[in-house]
Amino acid sequence: MKHITTPISDDAIRDLKVGDSVALTGRMVTGRDAAHKWMIETFIKKTRPPQGDDMQVYEELKKLLNGSVIYHCGPVVSGVDTGEYKFIAAGPTTSIREEPYQADVMKHFNVRGVIGKGGMGAKTLKGCQETPGVYFHAIGGAASFLAQTVTKVHGVFKLEFGVPEALWVIEVKEFPVVVTMDSHGGSQHAVVDDASKKVLEQLLERP
Amino acid sequence: MRDLTQEIIELIRRTSSSLPPDVEKRLRESIEKEEPGSAARGALETIMKNIELSRANSTPICQDTGTPIFQVHYPVGWSTIQLKKQIRAALEEATKKSFMRPNAVDAIYDRNTGNNLGGDDFPYIHFEETEGEDLVIELMLKGGGCENVGRQYSLPDNSLGAGRDLAGVRKVVLDAVQKAQGQGCAPGILGVSIGGDRGSSYIKSKEVLFSEMGTRNKDPNLAELEERLTKESNEMGIGPMGFGGKTTVLDTKITGLSRLPASYFVSVSYMCWAYRRRKMTVKGEEVIYD
Ligand code: SF4
Repeated sequence: MKHITTPISDDAIRDLKVGDSVALTGRMVTGRDAAHKWMIETFIKKTRPPQGDDMQVYEELKKLLNGSVIYHCGPVVSGVDTGEYKFIAAGPTTSIREEPYQADVMKHFNVRGVIGKGGMGAKTLKGCQETPGVYFHAIGGAASFLAQTVTKVHGVFKLEFGVPEALWVIEVKEFPVVVTMDSHGGSQHAVVDDASKKVLEQLLERP
Repeated sequence: MRDLTQEIIELIRRTSSSLPPDVEKRLRESIEKEEPGSAARGALETIMKNIELSRANSTPICQDTGTPIFQVHYPVGWSTIQLKKQIRAALEEATKKSFMRPNAVDAIYDRNTGNNLGGDDFPYIHFEETEGEDLVIELMLKGGGCENVGRQYSLPDNSLGAGRDLAGVRKVVLDAVQKAQGQGCAPGILGVSIGGDRGSSYIKSKEVLFSEMGTRNKDPNLAELEERLTKESNEMGIGPMGFGGKTTVLDTKITGLSRLPASYFVSVSYMCWAYRRRKMTVKGEEVIYD
């Protein structure tokens, strides 16, 4: 098990290889569908003019995401009415939905790691090589367990997206993940997909 | 009519935070099949820790508390209008207590309602009048990640060489498992329905998931296919979370429906390892949870 703290250096990222088990510590930001669409449209492609507090949030995010990690997660949070936030359940969500956006978000904000589940495609893999960054696979569904690694909720942006879709700024301690896409073009997902396809072809031949 | 709102909140709490023992047992047994030190084994070990922790703290097993699917079997004399109101009130309250995540999003305006109540369709409630004396409410929470990898096939499917018979069914189900990879939070449980129209077929493929692990179809041909599909799915080596490994599918359940001469649908509902389903029975004054 490797121990890594955010922000993560280039060297530390290049050092990570597919299959490595990692315990992550430090600050990270959650973001999923609405957040990625909003970042791309408002700040990267600029197809939508900034509204409300968009620009302020952008400035904050630039600092927070630099060298850090985005977590594809739509948590269950208590204390939403009082502002005394606590993560109750916080496992990863399916990452592939962010495939159209992820590489651009990584490059724009210098994001070194993406945590999620299910892996991502060729575009993100290329983004991992260029940024450089890696894809960390968390254990899907292990929500109570992973919420326990969240030691502090620093705050939240864009709560109007809804609790699951908002960007939560959190502090984690020894958050367990497996590297399934690295900065050298390696992808465990492509390997398993190819191997299983070959077995499927044989199975389809069987009477 | 009796107000069961509090009892239904308890049903929701149990369903969301305490995995049924038959599912937990299967998961535990599969740990030994994976190589020591492998990512697959690590994933299963984390899953087991998570199950224990959620139960001890009454926190959701998974943050995606899914589509709440209620099946209500009610004896003569109960009002479904009242029961529906109670279920909705219970769900709203359970969400406030963080047993559930607000999961109802208006699809047209992209707004989360915040209380887990959508229009008439969310939560999903199916009422069935029974001849017995007990009121039985079953609840299943069907996660979105695994729902997304469900598939429907219209046979014949030439690309897979799948004709309109059980051999063809086998082929398309294996294809669905391969395409799902780890995306539905493998290891999963397959609900398969053969026949029906597109709508009824999908509904049935979820209904079969209400039965216990290892329940085999009474028809020996289907029972055999269930076992074969589980075994062959695991030969594909996809493994927990798609990390590669021996445990991809924990069980398969198949059911048949009537079909039109023109149609032959096969629907596959993929249920993730967080296979949350619970039952409450109202027997006179008493309420019993399974
Ligand atoms: S597929 Fe199941 S275990 Fe995975 S995130 Fe969704 S509900 Fe949770």
